[in-house]
Amino acid sequence: MDPRHLVEHAGWLTDTPPTDVGFVPASLRRAPMGVDALDTERLIVNMGPQHPSTHGVLRVLLELDGEEVVAAESVIGYLHRGIEKLAEHRRYNAVGTLMDRGDYVSGIHNELAFALAAEAIMEIEVPRRAQWLRVLMAELNRIASHLVWYGTFGLDTGAMGQFLYAVRDREALLDILEDVTGQRMMFNYVRPGGVVADITPTAVEKIHAFLSTIDTHLDEHDQLLGGNEIFQGRVRGVGTIDLETAIAFGLTGANLRASGLGFDVRKDRPYAAYDEMDFAVPMSSDGDCLARYLVRMGEMREAVRIVRQCIEGLPEGEFMAKVPKVLRPPVGEAYAAVESPRGELGVHLVSDGSDTPYRMRYRPPALYALQAAEAILPGTLLADAVVILGSVDVVLGEIDR
Amino acid sequence: MAIDRFTGENSILFIRSEQLFDWARRHSLWYMAFGIACCAIEGLMHASGPRFDFDRHGVFFRASPRQADVMIVAGTVNEKMAATVRRLYDQMPEPKWVIAMGACASTGGPFREYPNVVMGVDKVVPVDVYVPGCPPRPESVQYAFFRLMDKISEKTGERLAARHGSAG
Repeated sequence: MDPRHLVEHAGWLTDTPPTDVGFVPASLRRAPMGVDALDTERLIVNMGPQHPSTHGVLRVLLELDGEEVVAAESVIGYLHRGIEKLAEHRRYNAVGTLMDRGDYVSGIHNELAFALAAEAIMEIEVPRRAQWLRVLMAELNRIASHLVWYGTFGLDTGAMGQFLYAVRDREALLDILEDVTGQRMMFNYVRPGGVVADITPTAVEKIHAFLSTIDTHLDEHDQLLGGNEIFQGRVRGVGTIDLETAIAFGLTGANLRASGLGFDVRKDRPYAAYDEMDFAVPMSSDGDCLARYLVRMGEMREAVRIVRQCIEGLPEGEFMAKVPKVLRPPVGEAYAAVESPRGELGVHLVSDGSDTPYRMRYRPPALYALQAAEAILPGTLLADAVVILGSVDVVLGEIDR
Repeated sequence: MAIDRFTGENSILFIRSEQLFDWARRHSLWYMAFGIACCAIEGLMHASGPRFDFDRHGVFFRASPRQADVMIVAGTVNEKMAATVRRLYDQMPEPKWVIAMGACASTGGPFREYPNVVMGVDKVVPVDVYVPGCPPRPESVQYAFFRLMDKISEKTGERLAARHGSAG
């Protein structure tokens, strides 16, 4: 056996000198000698729970063949803290504190879903001003939530600047929410019967200041990230979820609307004061990551429109209905759903007549989005897997509960 | 008095290597980008955002534990997560510090009644600074970093004093 191939490149073993460019020896076109006989191995990559682009403590096991994902399995439960069980030991007014910490990016929507379910059992008539305040706060919270998604989705695709601009706008929103509710993230603002505090004059000023700049800022966002050719190359045609898959997995919200079905709880089963609002539902039928991006950016513009209507037409009156201090709903059950930034967020509440819920079931929209993303991962590239997981907007607090 | 700054025991000329290193560590506390729950939005995202801009204190995020000095435990740690937190802590090079951010990381917070939740991350890793709040404001985390800086310089003094004491 000629031992030279062990120390030298296989191409040098042929008689033809490699400088002759007119003829390429067969051995040069193949991999160096010895490698052909080997089997390639599939690699299992453990992405998470500590990974900068899994948006929390998601762990995804990826089986890779080269750079292609062959199989994907997500492991959840790293943030399981028993919100549903603990709600059985909280009075009705206190469950909101737990709901806030479920989907911590959009607390108002979580509280609202629980409050609507409790009101449905108790048959409370909520004052009109409270309904409008709920819509106002929910839409402000929706913009704040989409800004978190927008900032981190850009990070997933390799951009950095848009994150800082998103946080700039979010700070203005959190100032408004803090002024009204007293907290930057965990509001506990929406209670069964209404809202806990009226809007303050300083908050109205802040909302007007926010509304005067947000349109130009949204244009800026569209140019900065959406108009970026590299970003478009990373997201166009990547991670396509067709409508059948989307419906089969129970996707809701922007993920479903990006796949071509215009289902929106705010339009189809109006709650609070959404039937009085004039807004459009942005849609797309492409189903790829770019479509999801465009739908969410469109939703932010629509949310700004709703905030404008709320602040102009806010009716006078009480902000809290006459409800007893300790709520004791009659025996019964109710399901209430809201359109959270991630989709249909539902609360199924069962009451046994005591001052704590008998059972509270919480439908987290991100759980279904994660399963759909997991299903479309095989066949994509590893770099695209990060983009796909980012595009469906998962919040692990909501998934694990 | 003025000449003491240059020739005294703790002067610039006779600065000890520990003092020099700790001075450098105080002003480049890189934290690990490891958000567990809600606190991560406030303590990691808004902290590095334009308003609070921790970068001006030398506090910046690194994606890998191998490059990090500080671990901010931002969120509820449950039994499944605890092993990972410990492992990440072990992967960080010495010297390292831990900030327990928020009620959950300090005591278990609103979820402490649930059997799956670890009642404070100090059951898993040693904690240097506890930050109260649910979630704490970014200013609180900023203050925690200032306290950590104080703690590092105090430790230098203690170490030097102990060495002087043992040397006689």
